[in-house]
Amino acid sequence: MNLRRLPLTREISLAVLVYLYVPVVVLIVYSFNANRTATVWSETSLDWYRKILVNPSIRDATWNSLVLATAAGIGATLLALAAALGMKSGFRGKGAVEAVLNAPLILPEVVVAVATLMLFVAIGIDMGLAAMIPAHIAFCIPFAYLPIKARLQGMNPSLEEAAQDLYANRFVTFRRVTLPLLWPGIMAGFTLAFVTSLDDFLTSFFLSGPGSTTLPVYIFSAIRAGITPEINAISTIMLIVSVALVVTSFLLGKMRR
Amino acid sequence: MSSAPSAITVQSVSKSFGRGDAAIRVLRDVSVDIGAREFFTLLGPSGCGKTTLLRLIAGFEDLDSGAILIEGARIDHLPPFQRPVNTVFQSYALFPHLTVAQNVAFALEMQNFSAAEVRRRAGEALEMVRMGAFAGRKPSELSGGQQQRVALARALAPRPKVLLLDEPLSALDLKLRKEMQIELKQLQAEAGITFVFVTHDQEEALTLSDRIAVMQGGRILQLDTPRAIYERPAHRFVADFIGEINLLDGQVAGPGKVRLDCGAEIAAGADQGTGARVTVAIRPERATLSQGGALPAEVTHAAYLGTATILQLRLANGAPFLLRAATANLPEIGAQVTLDLPPDALQVFAA
Repeated sequence: MNLRRLPLTREISLAVLVYLYVPVVVLIVYSFNANRTATVWSETSLDWYRKILVNPSIRDATWNSLVLATAAGIGATLLALAAALGMKSGFRGKGAVEAVLNAPLILPEVVVAVATLMLFVAIGIDMGLAAMIPAHIAFCIPFAYLPIKARLQGMNPSLEEAAQDLYANRFVTFRRVTLPLLWPGIMAGFTLAFVTSLDDFLTSFFLSGPGSTTLPVYIFSAIRAGITPEINAISTIMLIVSVALVVTSFLLGKMRR
Repeated sequence: MSSAPSAITVQSVSKSFGRGDAAIRVLRDVSVDIGAREFFTLLGPSGCGKTTLLRLIAGFEDLDSGAILIEGARIDHLPPFQRPVNTVFQSYALFPHLTVAQNVAFALEMQNFSAAEVRRRAGEALEMVRMGAFAGRKPSELSGGQQQRVALARALAPRPKVLLLDEPLSALDLKLRKEMQIELKQLQAEAGITFVFVTHDQEEALTLSDRIAVMQGGRILQLDTPRAIYERPAHRFVADFIGEINLLDGQVAGPGKVRLDCGAEIAAGADQGTGARVTVAIRPERATLSQGGALPAEVTHAAYLGTATILQLRLANGAPFLLRAATANLPEIGAQVTLDLPPDALQVFAA
């Protein structure tokens, strides 16, 4: 059956698209608004983008966010890769381990964030980037794990046997066969972990210390003083960076197939 | 063959998968000697243990007990990358991220040949399977038959002592399979190495092999030349698995006599005592139509094959009987005929 022939298919699809994206479109449009009041349109301008580029607290927050997301992305991807490789073999309690790995997807983040805060306070770790990185790695693991695992499951197990049959030891087999074949999954996992960390507010908010404000935390504190076109501009940039990363990773993955 | 040194010796090898009560015994005390430059086939239905035996020789599985030797040296404790054997996988297992040339060069690079030597040998191996023109392609850009050739070249390039082939032709269509069978046989003669070939296709096994081990339930039932296996099957299972055969149930009626369940009494040498239940086996091409033959039957169907005609017959008790007859002077459908079963064409198995 051709779905397009059903009555109202086009209308319903459009309505859903509007529902999903109108807020984002409004945000982007108003980031080019010259008026100081974010909700009143006057004329087109790039002033707000110029302003955020020279605002030192925004620059610091951006830097912090990028450092944190890179560290969390790399850390989570390495751990997820090790986990996915380990989960290849069957062992007792495999299902339980898998559930624990993916728990951050289900656990209420606010609970984990509060628990982490209390733990760090109890053992005397200072709040700041050094505290945020391990916490971000923890909740980013499932985002890195799932694409790597999917890639590994789609791999013909004979390929690793073939490499060993052709005189490659386990290390060389990993480097020359397993790793290149997993690479698109690893890149996708890193991108998802990176974007998830970049976007995180709750954990960062609880664990941030002096000088470690990230972009989402900055936006939150700025918005309490009122919605300004500056916030629109920052949000637009974050949106573009996130989408660009995911699209690039998707295209790279497609190319290597 | 017995005088040549053994390329592979398999001694009392057993292998189970799983543990405790759930364990499945895949190989039960299997022993076999495979000669140098022999084309040796492991033949049997799926689950008979043939692929497991191959994987044990390659080193992809660990054996539970027994030993495996290559040219007299024990190898069963070595990892796959230290064994002088190469494998052609059922799925070909070509590395998708490498070109054809890089696939074939893989093992040579691992063996630390110079770059020039790697190129020369990989080129030779590709020429041997007539794939030289495809060196720069990726495996995904090749047809099934071409991938098969590259897999062969990749496994032959390091010049192993033994080539293991795990149902390598099963993914090809019939015409290509026949062509590749001939090529495989020629390649083996050219390369001068031992082939251990796993298949469930009895026709393929008969065509290619110097010797065949017919396996069932983790055991080797019969190990012999294709001709001996076809003409003198040692088990009812072997007789039934290899080629077409008529299996007639009956009872030993006296020395050299068997009374079949359809009522006919035929001359057949049986080791079993009078009264024992037996199965008499005869190939469709060994029975003949003859006036006054011992076995009465009715013609139910005829299939003309050009070189011969296959007659489907029905015996008095309703049991079917296949007869391969010359195409001249055929009886009509529905005619009552009698068959002559030469005693030397009969095999008698305990039922």
